Amino acid sequence: MNASPEPGQRSTWPLWEVFVRSRSGLAHQHVGSLHAVDAEMAIANARDVYTRRGEGASLWVVPATSIVASDPDDKESFFGLDEEFRHPSHYVVPDGVVGI
Amino acid sequence: MYTQGLDQAEPLGDEDLSRLSERFEAKVAAEDKVEPTDWMPDAYRTLLVRQIAQHAHSEIVGMLPEGNWLSRAPSLRRKGILLAKVQDEAGHGLYLYCAAETLGISRDEMVEQLLAGTAKYSSIFNYPTLTWADCGAIGWLVDGAAIMNQVPLCRCSYGPYARAMVRICREESFHQRQGFEIMTVLSQGTPEQKAMAQDALDRWWWPSLMMFGPPDAQSTHNDRSMRWKVKRFTNDELRQKFVDMTVPQAHFLGLTVPDPDLSYNGEHWVFGEPDWSEFKRVLSGDGPCNRERLAARNKAHDDGAWVREAAVAHAEKKRSRERVA
Repeated sequence: MNASPEPGQRSTWPLWEVFVRSRSGLAHQHVGSLHAVDAEMAIANARDVYTRRGEGASLWVVPATSIVASDPDDKESFFGLDEEFRHPSHYVVPDGVVGI
Repeated sequence: MYTQGLDQAEPLGDEDLSRLSERFEAKVAAEDKVEPTDWMPDAYRTLLVRQIAQHAHSEIVGMLPEGNWLSRAPSLRRKGILLAKVQDEAGHGLYLYCAAETLGISRDEMVEQLLAGTAKYSSIFNYPTLTWADCGAIGWLVDGAAIMNQVPLCRCSYGPYARAMVRICREESFHQRQGFEIMTVLSQGTPEQKAMAQDALDRWWWPSLMMFGPPDAQSTHNDRSMRWKVKRFTNDELRQKFVDMTVPQAHFLGLTVPDPDLSYNGEHWVFGEPDWSEFKRVLSGDGPCNRERLAARNKAHDDGAWVREAAVAHAEKKRSRERVA
């Protein structure tokens, strides 16, 4: 946040990304984002905005600025590995063979 | 994270632009989703910012007509339901503002546009809620029409908008049901209660049909919006679907739809023409409650200023204490 925000203005309120674990055993999943002055408010608001129907067993809020993302322009070269042999469907299982 | 990195550092040449544009069109045509960091035409971005912001504003202003009845709901159960519904609408507004922000517009900019009266929101919320039956009619008709509009938006080509709509639609079906339940109870009640339900239907029917927007022949954004898979059905298609769904429900309630031209052609309910001059008037700021709604939003914003200031001051204080410790 900037040092001296305008009174009453919230243009400087940081953005937080919200992750919800819907029940134990599952991973936290990104559900959306919100603005809050600090982590405490972000957690409280995340509960009210994203879990009004008991959708959550656990919440994470992460300052959006802390997220490091891959470059969308490099998507093809970065992820485009042509290695079909990593998938089981690449292999031919002879007829009559079971359990493979 | 979405609001970052949206500024194009270098201007693109014509060749790059047409290549990017081709790739974008192909992607949308193939039902692939567009995400915030993907290249998109300026017109696509503008169209979405306008639509999502208007949608968000509608949710926020939409709290006001029903908010009018929170303190006078006829039972504790009804009050709890109405509170939950109004709270959902606040939440839906927030999901949508977040989705719009991923396109590079700030929350403050949108809020300012709403408060200044330069942003549009759904015309329906500029009608007054005169009786308790209006809360029933809003849930049944207004939320019914909203769902009809919103379900296809779950497949919208813009990822963050589509995801927000999935959440909203999941939450909104209770809104319609609770409204229909209110209408059912009133319709089966005393003659006075039934008359109240009929009066609410009389006043909300036509404004609900107008929620789908102007007729296709007059709609300026239909073509591009359909091609870019923001919209999946035209205004008239959705309006017809709504009428076909709703007329039998009115019959179940034993109420009369206030349209002398209404008739069944064996496939669809044929209905009369809404008063489009009224639609234009209400949309341009001259409806029964436009001024009241804007004044209420501005008052809420001004009255909340000290809360926002206190929150910032509290966070600052905590941070400076942590620094000392």
